[in-house]
Amino acid sequence: MAAFTIAAGTGNWFSALALGVTLLKCLLIPTYHSTDFEVHRNWLAITHSLPISQWYYEATSEWTLDYPPFFAWFEYILSHVAKYFDQEMLNVRNLNYSSSRTLLFQRFSVIFMDVLFVYAVHECCKCIDGKKVGKELTEKPKFILSVLLMWNFGLLIVDHIHFQYNGFLFGLMLLSIARLFQKRHMEGAFFFAVLLHFKHIYLYVAPAYGVYLLRSYCFTANKPDGSVRWNSFSFVRVISLGLVVFLVSALSLGPFLALNQLPQVFSRLFPFKRGLCHAYWAPNFWALYNALDKVLSVIGPRGFLRCLTLCALSSFMFGWHVHEKAILLAILPMSLLSVQKAGDASIFLILTTTGHYSLFPLLFTAPELPIKILLMLLFTIYSISSLKTLFRWSFTLVAQAGVQWRDLSSPHPPPTGFKQFSCLCLPSYWDYRHAPPCPANFCLFVCFWRRSFILVA
Amino acid sequence: MEKWYLMTIVVLIGLTVRWTVSLNSYSGAGKPPMFGDYEAQRHWQEITFNLPVKQWYFNSSDNNLQYWGLDYPPLTAYHSLLCAYVAKFINPDWIALHTSRGYESQAHKLFMRTTVLIADLLIYIPAVVLYCCCLKDISTKKKIANALCILLYPGLILIDYGHFQYNSVSLGFALWGVLGVSCDWDLLGSLAFCLAINYKQMELYHSLPFFCFLLGKCFKKGLKGKGFVLLVKLACTVVASFVLCWLPFFTEREQTLQVLRRLFPVDRGLFEDKVANIWCSFNVFLKIRDILPRHIQLIMSFCFTFLSLLPACIKLTLQPSSKGFRLTLVSCALSFFLFSFQVHEKSILLVSLPVCLVLSEIPFMSTWFLLVSTFSLLPLLLKDELLMPSVVTTMAFFIACVTSFSIFEKTSEEELQLKSFSISVRKYLPCFTFLSRMIQYLFLISVITMVLLTLMTVTLDPPQKLPDLFSVLVCFVSCLNFLFFLVYFNIIIMWDSKSGRNQKKIS
Repeated sequence: MAAFTIAAGTGNWFSALALGVTLLKCLLIPTYHSTDFEVHRNWLAITHSLPISQWYYEATSEWTLDYPPFFAWFEYILSHVAKYFDQEMLNVRNLNYSSSRTLLFQRFSVIFMDVLFVYAVHECCKCIDGKKVGKELTEKPKFILSVLLMWNFGLLIVDHIHFQYNGFLFGLMLLSIARLFQKRHMEGAFFFAVLLHFKHIYLYVAPAYGVYLLRSYCFTANKPDGSVRWNSFSFVRVISLGLVVFLVSALSLGPFLALNQLPQVFSRLFPFKRGLCHAYWAPNFWALYNALDKVLSVIGPRGFLRCLTLCALSSFMFGWHVHEKAILLAILPMSLLSVQKAGDASIFLILTTTGHYSLFPLLFTAPELPIKILLMLLFTIYSISSLKTLFRWSFTLVAQAGVQWRDLSSPHPPPTGFKQFSCLCLPSYWDYRHAPPCPANFCLFVCFWRRSFILVA
Repeated sequence: MEKWYLMTIVVLIGLTVRWTVSLNSYSGAGKPPMFGDYEAQRHWQEITFNLPVKQWYFNSSDNNLQYWGLDYPPLTAYHSLLCAYVAKFINPDWIALHTSRGYESQAHKLFMRTTVLIADLLIYIPAVVLYCCCLKDISTKKKIANALCILLYPGLILIDYGHFQYNSVSLGFALWGVLGVSCDWDLLGSLAFCLAINYKQMELYHSLPFFCFLLGKCFKKGLKGKGFVLLVKLACTVVASFVLCWLPFFTEREQTLQVLRRLFPVDRGLFEDKVANIWCSFNVFLKIRDILPRHIQLIMSFCFTFLSLLPACIKLTLQPSSKGFRLTLVSCALSFFLFSFQVHEKSILLVSLPVCLVLSEIPFMSTWFLLVSTFSLLPLLLKDELLMPSVVTTMAFFIACVTSFSIFEKTSEEELQLKSFSISVRKYLPCFTFLSRMIQYLFLISVITMVLLTLMTVTLDPPQKLPDLFSVLVCFVSCLNFLFFLVYFNIIIMWDSKSGRNQKKIS
């Protein structure tokens, strides 16, 4: 019985949380799924039944392969398991094929791949210092962070209802962040390079990585006042970083280079032909410039995390053809910051509440309405109450429906330019293909921008 | 209470699990001509809405009792009528007389599932939350964990939100009754319990403990003074509530008799289909259902039931206590389940509810029982294609109990409340020291058997000559487990006061 006790893990809250959310994901199997389900089924079929040379040319279905090669290889490996569930799903001509076994396989594959995400959350928890040790479990930062990440509402509904594979991709990103926190820079760079070749949307946060690695890894020493010592630049390190990125890219794009298919691959990944001309680049460039301008003064891993969140927010606000799901790119890294500083927690709460609410139009069917409301309430109530308990705040509600947080323990007065945002009005235009221009998100962006300036400068 | 937000989160988790289970299939989906319980409930909405009250329980050309005739007491009929009014507002086709037979659509399923959720939210869930908040001698966190475990109990979720029934209404009323009576609001408690009986007659399984407990309280207060007043007040409350519910049916003698005939169908035999009770298990070896005449079967089941529950009830009358009351609810309902006439497998929920109430006091045995009770429903759930939700909810419940109560650390004799019993036995058998370990081994064997049987039922086909082999095996194994629990609960009831007396002697 003693062995049973150990096995059952009476003190192992992390396993309980992970198992609990996995069981919830299993319950979500019969829910509505979007066209992304057919997209991935099609990619399983393409990678399984066609040779590599045809992967980026196949166009029987409208959902052509438009992710980088690593993702294609991932689908290829999955297809070898899929054939034991239902051989018919691997036929390219079976458009919109969704037998119960296909559904079961696809849903289980997402749930299974989330193991990487759980591992990454575990690694991130190690990087959080549990300053207030000895308090009860539910008030420890590690516990709160685990819940905020593993039970994230957005990730649950996008991955396990709408259907996508964001779980393990964010796992890779969080793992690379954790490695950077642990000063294992090469591994961090490696994981991020791999991630880029799984889904190229993470290019938006590449500047943060580039500048941070340059500053903290390639410049090996600091002056006593914290600024960079220019003569400590290490060429060896730059070259080794470059080598890592080059090797990963070679592994990914090599076969297509050999087949002379690189232009076709890039045209699929970056679809200029969708009629966006120069205007497509201008907001992105500005977003990148925005980020670069800020990031050169980045110091330390926490600063890196702020920079990364800022890049993600910039890309969300100003990028073109951004999906509302991209808000997760800002929310998840911000979770890491939220359990450490009260100010970050306040911004996180507004970001996460509005960001998650903006995901509502993704699920428009009637049976899923109670699910999204219940899960949203669950996550929102938990995040507000746990962070409030962690930092022991008091709120002051401003008259015009705005909310201003004050950290009572902070010795500094609120920054002088810190305007209270006049409204938390939520988006009124719902088209799930476009990011709604949301005043709340914009105000959030401005707040976070100014706050980062003050904290970093 | 402090940490109200944690309780809110627990309730939200409970609601989420319930709604996600409800996305699955229901009983009789797409299976004409009879369909299942879902169609029965829809049919009752049709009948109660379109026909006058006098015709609800009678066979007529408009109301064919062979096709899911009403066989629950009037409160169910009124509830169906209420739902029918809402249904008429949304889509009258759902309850049109005759033409709506076998109606199935996504919108209708959503409507029916919503009615279950609303009934649950209004009656059962507040009762559970209030019960957990009123628990004594445990910390706030344990109260919240207790609420989580009760709300995650798979049996009720799967039957109400999967198979499709309204058990949460009757069980919720019964729970309000338990709350009222335990907190000394006897009149309100008995009113709530009468509503429960008038919703589903199976709640009569709980009636004896309520009666004995309240009688015991009256005796304690003295039959010549306050006790007698209380007795009279209780009697009036019960009579008044019954009269109010049955008012339209008390106008003619024939009405009342017909309703009673529908509620207690003695003609249907000792048991129907496979159920995890003694008669069905015994029938495997000796076909008593066919050998013995009907009235002998009735008398036999009556005698066995009452003999097995009498000791606990007498004890409760003589020494009424809140804890004894809840334990007697368990043993009484279990006796009825095992030995009574015409028991359905879903009636195990009537035993599960009181066991949920003692979860905080005997976590190990309660969790074990609740797992077995869910397992005993397996054949029914497989018929409704609810394998995935049942496996997932059972695992979720198990994890919740293990982490909340650390059940595997609470297997000592003292924790199992068997200390006084084993001391008594050791007077005659000095070597009787292995009780705790024996129970742990039994638990392991039970769980392994249940898992194996589940795997076998799902993956293998039964042999040609014995097509019901797996259902019968499930019933048989569950029955053995239930007999063990009957003995266990009776032991802790009977040996409970002895430890109290001994301790008083020592101190």
